Amino acid sequence: MKVSYYPGCSLHATAKEYDQSVRAVSGALGIELKEIEDWSCCGASSAHMTNFKLSVALPARNLVSAEKDGLNMMMVPCAACFNRFKTAQFYLKRDEKLRIETENIVGEEYKGSIEVKNPVDFIFNEIGLDTLNKKVTRKLSGLKPVSYYGCLLLRPPEICEFDNYENPYMMDAIMKILGAESRPWSYKTDCCGGSLTLGKTEIVVHLVDKLMRMAKEAGANCLVTACPICMANLDMRASEGMRLPAFYFTELIALAMGVGGPDKWFKMHNVDPRPLLDSLGLI
Amino acid sequence: METFLDKVNERIGNVPIQRCYHCRKCTAGCPVTFAMDYNIDTIIKMIQMGKEDEVLNSSTIWLCASCETCITRCPNEVDIARMMDVLREMAIESGVRIKEKNILKFHEAFLSSVKMGGRINEPLMIVDYKLKSGDYFSDMAMGISMFMKGKLTLFSPRTKDMKSVKKIFEETKK
Repeated sequence: MKVSYYPGCSLHATAKEYDQSVRAVSGALGIELKEIEDWSCCGASSAHMTNFKLSVALPARNLVSAEKDGLNMMMVPCAACFNRFKTAQFYLKRDEKLRIETENIVGEEYKGSIEVKNPVDFIFNEIGLDTLNKKVTRKLSGLKPVSYYGCLLLRPPEICEFDNYENPYMMDAIMKILGAESRPWSYKTDCCGGSLTLGKTEIVVHLVDKLMRMAKEAGANCLVTACPICMANLDMRASEGMRLPAFYFTELIALAMGVGGPDKWFKMHNVDPRPLLDSLGLI
Repeated sequence: METFLDKVNERIGNVPIQRCYHCRKCTAGCPVTFAMDYNIDTIIKMIQMGKEDEVLNSSTIWLCASCETCITRCPNEVDIARMMDVLREMAIESGVRIKEKNILKFHEAFLSSVKMGGRINEPLMIVDYKLKSGDYFSDMAMGISMFMKGKLTLFSPRTKDMKSVKKIFEETKK
């Protein structure tokens, strides 16, 4: 299966291990990723928070480039990029005037022919848990993650089109297939503060500490996420004594499938997950 | 005469915010309420009352993290997240004193990095933000540690066709 791939800026920098693990897992699951030609930033929160037209035109430039490859699906691992692409598509479809204006700005026709998907959805629905199950060579026994979906993957529901947006289950189901004991908790979709991380750090610390406290109360020994912004905040903003290791869900899939790379990725985390994995005999 | 309420509704381009019947579900679900100067439903009331300066001067419009919990749960489909975007745009345009300066400075640093290279260069963007905000020393140790782990690359590939990116910024400028 060949799909278009948009890594986005953070997957080339602070979320390198997400990019590398998505690529490794995709390869092992038979998904061929075609990186979008000469892609540019989606504008993230900063564009939509200050300039609506810019927040549509920046993703549109990339959608137009992806459409040229003739593929009908596009994988976007970063939850923020995913959200901006889905939002731009939503407004471009709804508002004819905006579409024409955006096409003029981008300088090319926008067809709306490509379906944007996050790897959580992709692995759950396109690959399927049965196929994933067959590829698992080592069960992640003893690992008790809480799945943390955050905001941007799910909301608003009519744009993100994610099942059960108040109590999502896809990442939990994937964790169970890997042999991890996914813990139930009520904070799956609570916000980590995202874009406030530099401008208003103390708010983010407050929110992340709450998430850590609740994860521990749920009996978790780690968190798992599919968002580079959530990951950055979980991994770097919790107060001392509050910290649990956090993983990208694709890192854990790679670990369970015996795909090379996890050692290299875990070293990049701020809260080192290796002592936990070592104590469970998983590395 | 066009009121503040009319202007906000027009720019949101969705259901009018008067549909809000102040059930306060938005405020109850908002993760940042604790840090805001006005509750979210209070902001809606203030817009209806024409309190333009107070609204555009508030910290609430900048502290909104755009997590979209409010719009997801609103029983009357009032797009509060979009309303906050609109209020931020209006605050910038009107030249009022921005209550949470560093948050806007972060957005400016972020977007100027995109404008320069097509993609975010995280170390340069952070340096730019630090210079703009004057907040030089926070996160220094963390930055060094990330650099050592190879997560902050100074020379990452940029977008080649910068002409098209510049054109987007030019033509969406207000």
